Amino acid sequence: MVILEIDKISKSFGSVVANKDISLTLNQGEILALLGENGAGKTTLMNILFGQYSADSGQIKAWGKVLPAQSTDAALKAGIGMVHQHFTLAENMTVLENVMLGTQSLLSWRTDTQAARAKIANICQSMNLSIDVDLYVADLSIGERQGVEILKALYRDAKILILDEPTAVLTPQEVEGLFEMLRSMQKSGLSVIIISHKLDEILAISQNIVVLRQGQQVAQVATATVDRGELAELIVGKKVPEPINHQLAPGEPVLHLEKVNLFKSSSEKYQLTNINLLLRERQIIGIAGVSGNGQRELAAVISGVLKINSGKFEILQQDARKLSIKQLTKLQVARIPEDRHSAGIVGDMSVWENLMLEDLGANPCWRSGFLINTSAAKARAEQLIEKFDIRCANMNMPAKLLSGGNIQKLILARNFQLSPKLVLANQPVRGLDEGAISFVHQQLLDAKAGGSGVLLISEDLDELLRLSDFVQVMHDGKLSKAYPREVLTPKLLGILMSGGQLDSADHAADLATRSQYHAV
Amino acid sequence: MDILDIFLSASFWAATIRIACPLIFATLGELICERAGVLNLGIEGIMTAGAMAGWMWVYQGGDLIGGIVFAAFIGALFGLLHAQFTVILGVSQHVTGIGITMLASSLSYFVFNMLLPNTTTPPKVVPFQTIDAGPLANLPFVGEVFFQHTFFTYLAFALVPMVIYILYKTPLGLALRTAGENPSSLESQGISVFVIRTIAVMFGSSLMAVGGAYLTISAFDAFYFGMINGRGWICIALVIFASWQPGKALLGALLFAGLDAMQVRMQLQLGTFIPYQVFLMLPYLLSIAAMVIVARKAKYPKALLQPFRRGERN
Repeated sequence: MVILEIDKISKSFGSVVANKDISLTLNQGEILALLGENGAGKTTLMNILFGQYSADSGQIKAWGKVLPAQSTDAALKAGIGMVHQHFTLAENMTVLENVMLGTQSLLSWRTDTQAARAKIANICQSMNLSIDVDLYVADLSIGERQGVEILKALYRDAKILILDEPTAVLTPQEVEGLFEMLRSMQKSGLSVIIISHKLDEILAISQNIVVLRQGQQVAQVATATVDRGELAELIVGKKVPEPINHQLAPGEPVLHLEKVNLFKSSSEKYQLTNINLLLRERQIIGIAGVSGNGQRELAAVISGVLKINSGKFEILQQDARKLSIKQLTKLQVARIPEDRHSAGIVGDMSVWENLMLEDLGANPCWRSGFLINTSAAKARAEQLIEKFDIRCANMNMPAKLLSGGNIQKLILARNFQLSPKLVLANQPVRGLDEGAISFVHQQLLDAKAGGSGVLLISEDLDELLRLSDFVQVMHDGKLSKAYPREVLTPKLLGILMSGGQLDSADHAADLATRSQYHAV
Repeated sequence: MDILDIFLSASFWAATIRIACPLIFATLGELICERAGVLNLGIEGIMTAGAMAGWMWVYQGGDLIGGIVFAAFIGALFGLLHAQFTVILGVSQHVTGIGITMLASSLSYFVFNMLLPNTTTPPKVVPFQTIDAGPLANLPFVGEVFFQHTFFTYLAFALVPMVIYILYKTPLGLALRTAGENPSSLESQGISVFVIRTIAVMFGSSLMAVGGAYLTISAFDAFYFGMINGRGWICIALVIFASWQPGKALLGALLFAGLDAMQVRMQLQLGTFIPYQVFLMLPYLLSIAAMVIVARKAKYPKALLQPFRRGERN
């Protein structure tokens, strides 16, 4: 049964066409995937459906009735619920308060918490959710917060659930949990529209796929009839090159950690125990692990933000324990931060200004005495924009208006312009689309070929196994030995990531590891 | 030993309660604004306007309750002005607030002079009188501390549980707090952030004005220049001291009022040895010390000072 019809929706922002004549239908109990690169118009379309934008033309019918334009309230009443990519939860309030917000008339004299608790308990039971409604949202993990967002929609009796990139921030385990929940919702008759650019996940969960490209609808296909390659081609519009990692002869050590310990301090809750790591030139070492197991601290140590308590820490064979962040930058350590929006760019500053940030302390070409030589800076920015294919309207626009992929390209451009010796890439492709992933990966491989050592911290097992020469697994602040990529499978990595040990059957891996260390 | 005497005197405690009242009104008002995400530095001026408006209403022959209502109305108008700039237009809350303070206080003095030209000594009205509490008022100590106050004083204390109820037990309060924590969350539930914040700022400002009116028609009986005398700024600090919680705001107001009542008495006892300015400083110094201790781990409303614009990522 068709419950939702989107009919020839068009929407432009100024001269940019975000949606052009897009039509789709949704059946009861269907999971429909909306695929496309960043900026293809997926989120715009869903925001129109949810009444946050008004369309320039076209209409939307839910259960045969036309939805009024730009009314979130009407969409909610019609049974459409949306979980935004950036959660809309108030962190200093409880789950219960977040769920109840806006469900009662603002003029009523009392919030009816008892009825709400009962209803939530009911929903949780039928959806296999377990959430303590009295916890503060700030104390929940990202996966749990997403559960709260979904609960919010279900609490309002949503029959159609829109999920905007729900897996972008989740760990693999959390994704599995989410998908289980979606399947049980599907069984109870709900329909889901899921926006994503992770092809494997879409293939696993959806029945139908609509592909958008530059605001236009390029395909509506049944999931069973396509494979990954075809989808990628539909999304990008051309064959996506898959970067290949060539084995190269490693050179001198660029990063060496030996028996490194970082203790818990009173205010923070991290700890690194006995970390051993050796990264050489022309090598990529992947650090696998569920996030929150010490990767952030490891990255902070290597980039000089945290000082270790004991152990040996060398960069380019120099003692790096006492080096300041500025000195580390001078040693040509390139850093790709985990949270590119907050740590990677200054959002309100222009693209060209952001491109200067990395060599502020040094003596770059754009400096003349105490002044900035604007024309030199802009000329260099132009080169970098060209070379790294940063797509922006012009270099004077604020960097926060760039898409995630282009922000990452900006950060890469800034870091790779001086051919760094050590590259610290923390979750470099999280949340990026296929085209941008391929670009970033190629840049990392080029850096390796150019003589850099790359430390790749990631949760994406595919990425780790595709790019790394060796993989070490982080669990609970401890780092495993280095396993050569050839001996690893996603399954073995999964065991290690959850704290398990590999048995003697993995002797080969062991031997290879030892030979690497003996080569020191 | 002298200080002990102060603590043992009923008049000290009664004074503490009286001094606390305008602070309670204005602190709750500021707290409501800030809980909705809007800093209201217009507080000092709005209190002045309330003090003038309430007094003028009574002086022109209106009744005392009418004076409170009129002061609240004037406060709400200034709140509406503040909300226009900070909520609808989204301009700097600091600058607007200071502008409102200057506008509201100057306007109050101007209107006062226009309506009452040629007055040298400030004219007086008959303020709120002590409620007759019957035999309770004659209880030793307790009678003087608790049962010899005006209606206006009891209103201040009754307001605290009312604000707590509204903030934590009604859907409106939930929406108000969300406006100060994550406005886009409110928007995604189909509730207008602009409406909620505007209501909050207007209501909060009316409480500030009522706090001002307390001074002219309950604590004293006339309107002077500079009579708010920084009480508004103290309330801004008290909100932080209270970690944005109404119950703690009451405590803070009482603490400051107690220090203020004490410094007056200490001046009398020790004034010959120590310059009186030292005692005037005392409540402020001790408030700063208390704030440093209490407010360091305060949980800010997350969206405080952040203007909300529809359809924009934060």
